[in-house]
Amino acid sequence: MFSSLPGRIFQGWMYASATLVLLFIGLPLATTIAAPTWEIFLETLTDPDVLNSVWLSMSTSAMAAGLAFVFGTPLAYFLARSEFRGKKFVESMVDLPIMIPHPVVGIALLSITSPNTTFGAFLQSMGIEIMGTTTGIVAVLVFVGMPFYINTAKSGIESIPQRLENVSRSLGAGPSETFFRVTLPLCWRYMLVGMIMCMARAISEFGAIIIVAYHPMIAPVLMYERFTAYGLKYSQPVAVILIVVSMLFFLLLRTLSNPGGKER
Amino acid sequence: MIRLTDLRMNLPGFTLEDINLHIKPGEFFALMGSTGSGKTLVLETVAGLTKLDNGTVHIAERDVTTLPPEKRGVSLVYQDHALFPHLTVLQNVMYGQRYHNISKAEGKSEARALLDTLGLSRLENRKPGRLSGGEKQRTALARALACRPDVILLDEPLSALDPQFRGELRRTLKDVHETSGATFLMVTHDFTDAMVLAERAAVIKDGRLHQEDTVSNIFRRPITPFVASFVGMTNVFPATYCDHGCSFAKADFKDLEEVPAWAKGFAALRPEDVIVGAASDFPSDWCILSGTVERLERVGFTWSATVLCGGEYFTAMVDRHMVLGRGIEIGSEVTMGFSRGHLHHMQKNGD
Repeated sequence: MFSSLPGRIFQGWMYASATLVLLFIGLPLATTIAAPTWEIFLETLTDPDVLNSVWLSMSTSAMAAGLAFVFGTPLAYFLARSEFRGKKFVESMVDLPIMIPHPVVGIALLSITSPNTTFGAFLQSMGIEIMGTTTGIVAVLVFVGMPFYINTAKSGIESIPQRLENVSRSLGAGPSETFFRVTLPLCWRYMLVGMIMCMARAISEFGAIIIVAYHPMIAPVLMYERFTAYGLKYSQPVAVILIVVSMLFFLLLRTLSNPGGKER
Repeated sequence: MIRLTDLRMNLPGFTLEDINLHIKPGEFFALMGSTGSGKTLVLETVAGLTKLDNGTVHIAERDVTTLPPEKRGVSLVYQDHALFPHLTVLQNVMYGQRYHNISKAEGKSEARALLDTLGLSRLENRKPGRLSGGEKQRTALARALACRPDVILLDEPLSALDPQFRGELRRTLKDVHETSGATFLMVTHDFTDAMVLAERAAVIKDGRLHQEDTVSNIFRRPITPFVASFVGMTNVFPATYCDHGCSFAKADFKDLEEVPAWAKGFAALRPEDVIVGAASDFPSDWCILSGTVERLERVGFTWSATVLCGGEYFTAMVDRHMVLGRGIEIGSEVTMGFSRGHLHHMQKNGD
């Protein structure tokens, strides 16, 4: 077996790297989770500020995912189904929120919605406030989460042969009936995964939120505040709660989107 | 029933031009051409799935050029079946009925009757993923028929099937066409399919129609070299014509039964009409040529030879005994014979 030495080195490298990566992700999180004493943890668990912030984080993120589904799906469909000049440009624009620094997102949203601009004045006349409101938080989260939803939904739609839609049209179904009877039933899993990704991204957002809405406090902002005011010991329990709740929620969604036996 | 007038479409690297076709009510019409000839594009134009640069499409005397697919009363059957994978066979078949004022109960019994005719009854609750190729194609056909369409469009319905199912589905298609009364437009690259199924046909190449006629006329009297080779007259040679005969492959052929009126054109022969043999074996009125064997191939029980003669390559049939008994091999000098009556003449190049 001497000849397989390069093979064994390769295999060793594969295992070692995989272990390293898992440790790199797992250890800091495990330390965080194991850090708080039970007393502090229980105390935090009954702290209404903490519970409110976790609930606000989850609910605004879920809302962002819902909005991404409703408003992002048409663009995803359009990008998946049509070829046009400048498509690459539009696709890069959709990806942009992934790349730009988070505070910039916050600043950009604030500047366009400031009452000095026409759009901002229009929003104000409708009674919509961005600065320091839940609306503002959701707006930021939709902004940062949208690319994840659109890209996943788009690849889902691309996976369905257009011929199925053509046949449906030729059998008498209009474009919307075709979408709801053929396209959606065949790619809702992709869309659900896209919403999970969008929501996951939204829950972790911090940089843009502290600019747009320090209050009402979402969990990451609360953690940051406890860290600066009281130190590591008091911010950790909040993190633990957010991590555990997120983990459970995403496990549930993942199971929903990909049940064990694939039905065909 | 279907009238296409002056269709034109410019796509990157491809142009569909001057397509004029008239398909009669209740007819089985075949549009033939090789891959990339534009035949599927014509089909999708009838279905309303592509945008035309010019021309009109009429279905049942109604101008449908600007109508969306769902308003045209045509049903499409694709080569790859395109069954809805999330629906059962019965649900697939019933998919379009609600858009054609067919009530659910009536639709269901009609769909079941169709499945029964097509031998699919026991599969009605299966999902398409668990069907064979032939079963899938029959389901697709049933789904198209269940909407009671005026026109059924078939895109290469037989080419994705194993040979054992092809003959079976050909018969099914023929039966269904006869009983349904719908107009069938089929796109195919296989002339045999057209021979068996269609009454009339057209041949398309590089986005232009070469010939539109009855299938037997296209088979016997192709009008361009491309159509000739498409229907099996693979020996096509540039020829010149004079008073009583023609010349090609550096040989003159006198006393033709009918001499075309043109001076320059093409002469064609089917390989099975050209026989390699001893000159003394051929009837006295046959034309005889001699040449060198360049290639020998076994075709079933006989042999096919490529013979170089007068600068042209002929494909000819060789009797098995000629190969085995008289020792024909590559490089042999041989004589070939054919009857004057089998010579076919064409004027146009078609390109």
